[in-house]
Amino acid sequence: MIRALVGAIGFALLATGALADDPVEVGIGYLHRAKARPTLSLVEVPADNDGVAGARLAIEDNNTTGKFLNQHFTLDEKRLKDDDDPAAAAGELAGRGIGLILVDLPADALLKAADAVRDRGTVLFDVGAIDDRLREEDCRGNVVHTAPTRSMLADGLAQYLVWKQWKRWLLVVGSHPEDKLYADAIRRAAKRFGAKIVEERVFEDTGGARRTDSGVTQIQRQMPVFTQQAAAYDVLVAADESEVFASYLPYRTWDPRPVAGSAGLMPTSWDPAHDQWGAIQMQNRFVKLNSRRMTAIDMQAWTAVRMIGEAAARVKSGAPKAMLDFLKGPDFSLAAFKGQRLTLRDWNLQLRQPILLADGRMVVSVSPQEGFLHQVSELDTLGVDRPETKCKLH
Amino acid sequence: MWRHAPLAALTVWMLAVSPARAVTAYVSNEKSNTVSVIDTDTWTVTRTIKVGQRPRGIEFTRDGKFVMVAVGDDDTIQVIDAASQQVVDTLPSGPDPELFVQDATGKILYVANENDNTVTIIDLDKRARIGDVQVGVEPEGMAISPDGKILINTSETTNMAHFIDTATRQIVANVLVDSRPRFAEFKRDGSELWVSSEIAGTVSIIDPAQHAVTGKITFDIPGMRREAIQPVGIGLTRDGKTAFIALGPANRIAIVDGTSHQVTKYLLVGQRVWHMAFTPDEKYLLVTNGVSNDVSIIDVAAQKVIKTIQVGELPWGITIAQP
Repeated sequence: MIRALVGAIGFALLATGALADDPVEVGIGYLHRAKARPTLSLVEVPADNDGVAGARLAIEDNNTTGKFLNQHFTLDEKRLKDDDDPAAAAGELAGRGIGLILVDLPADALLKAADAVRDRGTVLFDVGAIDDRLREEDCRGNVVHTAPTRSMLADGLAQYLVWKQWKRWLLVVGSHPEDKLYADAIRRAAKRFGAKIVEERVFEDTGGARRTDSGVTQIQRQMPVFTQQAAAYDVLVAADESEVFASYLPYRTWDPRPVAGSAGLMPTSWDPAHDQWGAIQMQNRFVKLNSRRMTAIDMQAWTAVRMIGEAAARVKSGAPKAMLDFLKGPDFSLAAFKGQRLTLRDWNLQLRQPILLADGRMVVSVSPQEGFLHQVSELDTLGVDRPETKCKLH
Repeated sequence: MWRHAPLAALTVWMLAVSPARAVTAYVSNEKSNTVSVIDTDTWTVTRTIKVGQRPRGIEFTRDGKFVMVAVGDDDTIQVIDAASQQVVDTLPSGPDPELFVQDATGKILYVANENDNTVTIIDLDKRARIGDVQVGVEPEGMAISPDGKILINTSETTNMAHFIDTATRQIVANVLVDSRPRFAEFKRDGSELWVSSEIAGTVSIIDPAQHAVTGKITFDIPGMRREAIQPVGIGLTRDGKTAFIALGPANRIAIVDGTSHQVTKYLLVGQRVWHMAFTPDEKYLLVTNGVSNDVSIIDVAAQKVIKTIQVGELPWGITIAQP
């Protein structure tokens, strides 16, 4: 009798076909700061839901796929104020059974969150922090990075500038720590790809508002003076993550030279103008859902949630460990509208990805550039490669 | 002597327009918004037809009288009269059509709409939209089983081949394949369904009865990085013995044994090879090369590229009238 019943159930499961898989419920957390950073250009002020909007689109995409596999995905967003403890916030999400958390926080806050939930097996996805140290000396076995590193961004830019034969660079560096880190990455890239930094200048942040009623009059006089009497150079490369001066440089340099780096031609993981390789479909879906254009942080969050969706579909489970093992393995590859498969560097859990070079209106080029070769993947010509890594995953 | 000239011209004219059964191939040029018409006797472009924006998927109607071309950025499918070689009509395809397939009778058209995760069903006689099916994210590849009972749609971001019952218009099975499935093709005997995964660089062989992946074709070209091998278009000979697979930016066509599923040869064609079509006698295979703006002609028996024809900018799809 029991056997007959089991048989009947088996038959019923077969008959339902598409819904024969066991139901999988995947809760994904999202930690980010409540307040956005200021920008020089008004059009670049991040939206309130920068990043979260990308994650939400991927949740929709995952759920469209999930309805064929009996899998369901939800997003649980938490905004941290400046004095909120990221460790407590991550612990609170983990306590509610959330095993996968997207994090758009500065490096130290990210590490606190990661270490707080490591013993619970929670996997974090760094969708915002570009610090190389998070993939090197401070790498963690439970943190996957979909954000590119500073060195990947700088290498992507350098390959193009060298291809263009603009090999003499005037490097202008801001006075904040992250500006200096970006400058380090640019110096490293120059050395790797055969460019020469002919001169370096520091732009001191003397404080002050980014928007004033007196406007651009002073800037128009200040920038030519700041850049005059430089050694002969082909391109000015600005390292200004702090948004203090770089956007003032284009069209205002003493010598008529193009600007790259933090203004002018900028390396990025995504741009609202990117439309190659099916990206137009992604851009259309994003605009339809959010009534605004898709930023790099949106894309990095979309990618993280899609990686989770892809892993869940393949391993037929929502268990973080099984999913992470799949993502690290040879069978994982993600289609993310960049013209080639994205995979994970198994030595530091950094997502390999092409770097777009955009000027704010158009995508000018995509690196790696032709001719920069690598024995494993040309994407590994961007950033710190396996032989140089300081990461030891535990 | 001059008296003969008009006569000679007339003769040429008659040869050109008379229904001399000269086979023609139609190639959609994604960038130049045109369709190139190729005469397969002379291997020359005889006409360039202006169409809507971003033409990609292109197919003859079953009766051979019309050519349908999906113009995605105009959200429609245009109909070209093969006799006058002019656009004569449009179909209500739904937004951003890319690839489509007809049923065996040529009365029903199934269209993949990339923007809203649906397959649109169109009555070709009435030129009317008669239904749709919700599928995965970014539907693309379309195929219909030889017995007409099952419609296949592949969804690029969901990474599945959806099996749709053409009678009930319900999904009856979903088969996971590798990343970004772009194209689906049945063997004529219905025994196998082949699905190309562009980003993963593989072709899955699916048993349509079991709804299961039973094999996978991988490609290994010495000196070529793996990321550049991106299979898209698939052409299977009628006897199912030989397959041709376009490998995108690898600039090659892989020739695959239809039984053992092993690659037997790689043919160098133009840059970024997309799609293909056989001449009705299966003597030749024409493939579109997106980046080099040309079409390569392959001698099927000799397994050699014999000629290259310049067409419009970024050629994508191709169709040849079948007898």
